[in-house]
Amino acid sequence: HELWEAVLPLIVLLCGGGQLKDDFQEELVIRPLHSGDIYASFHFRTLWETDFMKGNKVSHYRLFPKSLGQVISKFSVRELHISFTQGYWRTMQWGQPYLPSPPGAELWVWFQDTVTDVDATWKELTNVLSGIFCASLNFIDSTNTVQPSASFKPLGIANVTDHRFLRYATLPREIVCTENLTPWKKLLPCGSKAGLAVLLKSEKLFHSSFHSQAVHIRPMCQDSQCKTPSWELRQTLNVVFDLHTSGQGKQEWSLFKMFSRTLTEACPLASSSKIYIDITDNPQVGEQFELIPATPLLRQAVVLGDRRTFSVYDLTQQVTFGTVRSLNLLIRWKSTEGHMLRPLLHAERYVAGYGLQTGEIHTLMYNNHPFRSFSVLLLDSVPWYLRLYIHTLTVTSKGKDNKPSYIHYQPSKDRIRPHLLEMLVQLPPHSVTEVTVQFERALLKWTEYTPDPNHGFYVGSSVISALVPSTVAMDTNNTQERTLFSSL
Amino acid sequence: MGLLSDPNRRRALISMLTRLNAPICMLCYCAGVCWFMGLAFEPFTLRTYMSENAMGSTMVEERFPAGERALATAREFAAHKKKVGGMPVDWLVKTMQARGLEVFTQSFSRVLPFPDENKERYIVKGTNVYGILRAPRAPRTEALVLSAPCSPGDNNNQAVGLLLGLAHYFRNQIYWAKDIIFLVNEHDLIGMQAWLEGYHHTNTTGMKWTPLQGRGGSIQAALSLELSSDVITSLDIVLEGLNGQLPNLDLANLFYAFCQKIGVLCTIQGRLQRNDWDSVSGYSHAVQTMMLMVMKQASGRPWGDHGLFLRYHIEAATISGINSFRQYKTDLTTTGRSDLYRLVEGMYRKLNNLLERLHQSYFFYLMPSLTHFVSIGYYMPAFGLLAVILLLRALDLWVQLVAPPARTEDGIAEIEQQSSPGVRSVLTPLIISHLTGAALYLMPVHFQEMAVEHFPVSETEAVVLTAIAVYTAGLALPHNTHRLVSGEGTEQGWRVLKLVAVLYLAVLLGCTALINFSLGFILALTMVPVAAFVTPDVPKVLSAIVFVILSPACTLLFSVFLFQELQDMPVSLQDGWMLYISVISQGILDHYLFGSLVYPLIALMVYPCWLLFWNILFWK
Repeated sequence: HELWEAVLPLIVLLCGGGQLKDDFQEELVIRPLHSGDIYASFHFRTLWETDFMKGNKVSHYRLFPKSLGQVISKFSVRELHISFTQGYWRTMQWGQPYLPSPPGAELWVWFQDTVTDVDATWKELTNVLSGIFCASLNFIDSTNTVQPSASFKPLGIANVTDHRFLRYATLPREIVCTENLTPWKKLLPCGSKAGLAVLLKSEKLFHSSFHSQAVHIRPMCQDSQCKTPSWELRQTLNVVFDLHTSGQGKQEWSLFKMFSRTLTEACPLASSSKIYIDITDNPQVGEQFELIPATPLLRQAVVLGDRRTFSVYDLTQQVTFGTVRSLNLLIRWKSTEGHMLRPLLHAERYVAGYGLQTGEIHTLMYNNHPFRSFSVLLLDSVPWYLRLYIHTLTVTSKGKDNKPSYIHYQPSKDRIRPHLLEMLVQLPPHSVTEVTVQFERALLKWTEYTPDPNHGFYVGSSVISALVPSTVAMDTNNTQERTLFSSL
Repeated sequence: MGLLSDPNRRRALISMLTRLNAPICMLCYCAGVCWFMGLAFEPFTLRTYMSENAMGSTMVEERFPAGERALATAREFAAHKKKVGGMPVDWLVKTMQARGLEVFTQSFSRVLPFPDENKERYIVKGTNVYGILRAPRAPRTEALVLSAPCSPGDNNNQAVGLLLGLAHYFRNQIYWAKDIIFLVNEHDLIGMQAWLEGYHHTNTTGMKWTPLQGRGGSIQAALSLELSSDVITSLDIVLEGLNGQLPNLDLANLFYAFCQKIGVLCTIQGRLQRNDWDSVSGYSHAVQTMMLMVMKQASGRPWGDHGLFLRYHIEAATISGINSFRQYKTDLTTTGRSDLYRLVEGMYRKLNNLLERLHQSYFFYLMPSLTHFVSIGYYMPAFGLLAVILLLRALDLWVQLVAPPARTEDGIAEIEQQSSPGVRSVLTPLIISHLTGAALYLMPVHFQEMAVEHFPVSETEAVVLTAIAVYTAGLALPHNTHRLVSGEGTEQGWRVLKLVAVLYLAVLLGCTALINFSLGFILALTMVPVAAFVTPDVPKVLSAIVFVILSPACTLLFSVFLFQELQDMPVSLQDGWMLYISVISQGILDHYLFGSLVYPLIALMVYPCWLLFWNILFWK
């Protein structure tokens, strides 16, 4: 083992020239939820000081996965965000997630401005990603791809915000399972051999209420001058374990109970390896839940505009593992109330009406803030076989017509492209805003039906982006679990 | 070849059809009735089988543990119900939350068009409580519903107990792929209607309800439970829904399969199936079961809470526990009530396995027993044989009208002279009879206040008696109007009118039978003979009596008596009349509350059509 560690930097020196620094960090954030469920969020970050832009040939890889690096170079990708989700995030019970993701697969990519034929590159890219992640991303074609005009902003450094280089697509019917998890784990420097990734056992991860895994690639600034970019690969995995089905109704969670493993070491390649437990709701030690073993390390961080307090376990310190040389965190609840949360902003959507001839899509957006109104951007991408009657579009809040200040609508073309509807809507304080639009089901050719036609068709999720004003300013030199996503 | 294109052969065929018209019609009528009676004969029926692969081959294991706890819950529920004097909303919300469900309530109110005397309600206010079990790792696109009505008195407490017991058990399982909605609805069908309208955000009946806060996607299937005693001997499945719609046959098959697996007695129409199909009593048992289904379907009523789901293309059935087969009770004491839980659990697990909506099996069927069914292909000929009579008569009339009646040189001119007043003499009775129909549809409900002021009757009686009065008045009103328009009624005139009326009836019955076979068949059974053989030349008084006896209103009266007879609850004439009145009021209420189409169909279409024939009888 020691020999291996000694050899590795030598190879780097020989072939890489040494000037390309890379860095790997891993984190696990655990948030006990009001409902008695528990939310575990893994974050793995690889940061590499290299430049894929402007046709640079990058041939030596250390921590950064080569398969993704080649994808970035070949397709001139500036940013890539892909998520696979099985389940539905229950905002009313769980609050806001660290990373929102719709059910099924979601992919959005910013290309570099050197790309001439974006659609062809996009098509090729989805096919390659389909192979890398063992997913049906090859079903992404022009009929489910849109170019949002306002809803998505580049999350890394970007001087290009021309939406011609943005593509967004969802596959709501995509089912996520172990076959997608395995290639995702292989992208990690330590695989699932060491570090936090040993907890990622599929038999437990898929015995849960919610499972979401994502990969985000974006260029970052290396320093404050931002002369040269570095590339960040962030792999996240979110999972919620259910009190009743996984916890046997007992309000006691441990690493072993959640993942059927305990931790014994950090990933040797990681510069930082930490576990954060959200104890904001537990101001007095042991008031709501008890944490065993206790840790003196506390960290304040701003998450989603909200100041949270975390207990920190540093896996790089031997003392964390104690005398038994294994860490099995135990969270024991003292009391819970199963009442529903009233999150500041949440939304739901359903289809109204019956029969096959007509229907109506209702989108309800709740603003529960007592005195503050919010502007939100609503993005709807509806397949062409639902013919939207855009003249029936109504936006009402508190029984009154609410005129959107910005509407971007692109009508569908049969068998070519979907409807795209983007609206900037002002949500008045303490209100429900209802967006309705009627549709008709188009007559399909018999070959156009999916297998199991009586199952029905899926319409992808809407995306609601809001700027949530926060009293706490974003702090830059803080922990990595904070997401920089502006989309809700 | 060339049977119709060769003029000689065509003439021969037509002359044969006109010559033998009456015997062929009689033959068809007898054949239709015999065909229908033969449907219940077991060798002519098909055995039920599971068509849906997702529910057939996959095995599920039922292991519901605690029946006693559910019984205790039922008692607790009963106590709270008594204390609150209605639906214990707070207790239900708390109990469902404790079982880990997302709980929501919906309140609704409805003013009935006139008081419902059967259930003693006029202004209805209530609250529905429902809890959603969220399927793990499912995107909220599909749901199943399990409902139990909160009935007045001591009824149905056990169903709510069972529902809560199952909710508790289901919540701890990981295998759910669809959200499961546990619904306790107040004021049975009215609450259910409010909930379904709220869920689908439609308003077809003018009810007031608060919008739903939680949903679970498109509902794939639903079961409604009715249990009123701690001991049950058998389970009955009720399929007939609003407007005679039926759920997919696979739902009944699923129920039967689990009854067989678990060893519970199961019935349909409250009747056990028998194996002695070859004996007379066995056959008559099957006929009676089928007739019960036909009459229930023809009524167009929802015969359980499930009936309202069917409009939304949700396969649904009501399962009710029966405690009447005392002779079998000994067989069940060893297994007890947990059988019922395991049955419902098993059914939900199989429904959970569905990849698609239930669509593989039949939607149009009749069931002479739970193990056998008659598909649409087998029962439609019975109706077709009756309907063809109308077409034959129409052909006959057409030939008579086209053939010149007098072989004079200016015969053509004569026909033209005759036919031009003919149009008016046809239109006038058509319009008048339809106006009478419209009066029959509108007056009972809209003039109830006036009727109550002038006569010493209750609102409900006022509505029904107004309906009967309008119906009877319609008999006196229009039968000689054509004389006002065209002078003396002509031979041609009544033939043209009869041709129109016969074709009208054929289209009307044909469309009705496609939607609701039973209603179409029963109407055809009584109206086709009248329509086929009416002329102004038959003896008036005798025919008028036959006419009235075969009119739609009397058909309903006979159906009421026959239905009671089939249910082994014969009634006296007096009670039968009271029942008749209540059936009419219920029919009108069903239309206003749930959108049942039978009342408008009879009032606006069938009755005017029958009046046309009445008109022909009194043509001269």
